[in-house]
Amino acid sequence: MAGYAVELRAVWKRFLGPAGETVAAVKELSLQIADGEFFALLGPSGCGKTTTLRMVAGFELPSDGEVLIQGKPMGKTPPYQRPVNTVFQNYALFPHMTIGENVAFGLQMQKVGRQEVQRRVGDALEMVRLSGLERRRPKQLSGGQQQRVALARALVNRPQVLLLDEPLGALDLKLRKEMQLELKKLQREVGITFVFVTHDQEEALTMSDRIAVMDAGVALQVGSATQIYEQPNCRFVADFIGETNFLEGSVQQLQGGQALVELPGGLSVWASMAQPVAVGNPVTVAVRPEKLTLRPLEAPLANQLQGQVVDQVYIGTDTYYSVRLASGQTIRVREQNNLAALRQGAQPGDTVCVQFVAETASVLTG
Amino acid sequence: MSQPRQSPWLAALSGLVYFFLYAPIVVLIVFSFNVSRTNVVFEGVVNQGPCGPFYWYCELLQNRSVADAARNTLIIAVTSTAVSTLIGTLAALALQRYEFFGKKSAETALYFPMVTPEIVMGIGILVLFSALFGWVNSMLPPGLRLTLGLGTVIVSHIAFSIPFVTLVVRARLHGFDSRLEEAAMDLGAPPLTTFLRITLPLIAPGVLAGAMLAFTLSLDDFIITFFTTGPGATTLPIYVYGLLRRVVTPEVNALSTLWILVVLTVVGLSQWFQQRE
Repeated sequence: MAGYAVELRAVWKRFLGPAGETVAAVKELSLQIADGEFFALLGPSGCGKTTTLRMVAGFELPSDGEVLIQGKPMGKTPPYQRPVNTVFQNYALFPHMTIGENVAFGLQMQKVGRQEVQRRVGDALEMVRLSGLERRRPKQLSGGQQQRVALARALVNRPQVLLLDEPLGALDLKLRKEMQLELKKLQREVGITFVFVTHDQEEALTMSDRIAVMDAGVALQVGSATQIYEQPNCRFVADFIGETNFLEGSVQQLQGGQALVELPGGLSVWASMAQPVAVGNPVTVAVRPEKLTLRPLEAPLANQLQGQVVDQVYIGTDTYYSVRLASGQTIRVREQNNLAALRQGAQPGDTVCVQFVAETASVLTG
Repeated sequence: MSQPRQSPWLAALSGLVYFFLYAPIVVLIVFSFNVSRTNVVFEGVVNQGPCGPFYWYCELLQNRSVADAARNTLIIAVTSTAVSTLIGTLAALALQRYEFFGKKSAETALYFPMVTPEIVMGIGILVLFSALFGWVNSMLPPGLRLTLGLGTVIVSHIAFSIPFVTLVVRARLHGFDSRLEEAAMDLGAPPLTTFLRITLPLIAPGVLAGAMLAFTLSLDDFIITFFTTGPGATTLPIYVYGLLRRVVTPEVNALSTLWILVVLTVVGLSQWFQQRE
């Protein structure tokens, strides 16, 4: 095995800003993407994820560092000589060619024989369930169909790596959900490494084996969907992925991977350490709404905060509660609507206890 | 909402505008069928010789000087269109895509000749050629000396057509999605293949419209041609002007009528290409 499918070694990308200043879009980014992996670059717009993808495709060259594909340093290799293909954000289908001609384009460039081109184009269109539309023009297809043509056009070349730049961004919600599952299934079938750029956290969580969360040109955390959601390593990741309550405090005591954090008002809670901290450090405890449970007011136990329910929103499977703590901060609690919860649901105005298990909360610096 | 009331004055004014635009052309065409040799009074439709009402058209086609002028005009128009379309398109691509030192000035300088009075350009070009030829010819043997003629007309037509081609092609390039080119390269097409298979087919309507414009500009140019032409390089506009100084026979009308047909065809094609998606 020649190493990773895609590897970035301390890659920088600097651009000249409008005022002549240098702007770094990607800062010392190192990533290793394994063969056959479904890898997502997730982040808000302007975080450098698309620039990163364009450096792998060869549309941009790194200012510093190295991009390797299948263990080979790419250097200044132009896009047309790289063993990767891209599915563009708005598909970039050639409007003056038919669907068949669009899909055949890459194979013609590789000088594949005519009969084989025909066979492989047929296979590729069958794979994306568009057989029989060879003679249509891109404009005559729906957004979802165009999206699948773009996929077929890239996959027909059997690239070692498929790059996808927000491929589902232009589709409506229902179609997007369908395509998410379809893409995942397709990736398992063809076994090609997928590198996927998205700003949609749900999309990334649903489809990817691993996710790199990026912000301001830096990969803050790289890990599986579970790791990123359950054990965020910094405040940005905890905030960007899903919903999180943040409780500010300072470290009082450390014990076996957990820290006792003193919150304003004198209460202390235990939470797991995501980053090394020392006694006395100012920290934030991040805990997701669904990890919190509401209890009737009892004698104070560990990891229990007292507060008053100020709002309640029923959303079917769950109910959201807003609870104002003694410190004045309002936190969100999400309780599943099982029978017990429905029977003894808290009402606005009730004084309650909010409890959580130490393992489900993370101590973050900053 | 009721229909806006139509003012009869507005309709009359519009009618007048169209009358003055088209009456001369109609008169011109009608007089090309005149019996009389002069263009003063219409004395009835000519019916003479084997061509009948098209008598003057047949006379015209037998005229050697007209044939020569038509040939010269076509040679000049075709050559200058080909060259100016090529250069103008490349200039449009460069101006659209790249940022380079002096881009703004280059663009202004390119479009400036379009608003310069043609007579000024004509005199300028003539002075330039005379000075240039004076200097070059002093070093050449008598048989090889450069003179005004087809060559100088073609060069000046190329020069004044380029800005028009660039303008038209740029309009087409404006909405061009450069990701299509990236997609082609991503699929393994080197730059030249990408240009020939993706860029060129997509901007072709603009390039063709630019070429048609250059062609019609060259076809009916009088002023610049007048200053830069020489013996044996008479074009149709110059020839017609020469005829007018003697007597205006319906032959001239016939020639003009045919000419209008050619220009209309070319302009129509140009419009069609421009509007086609």
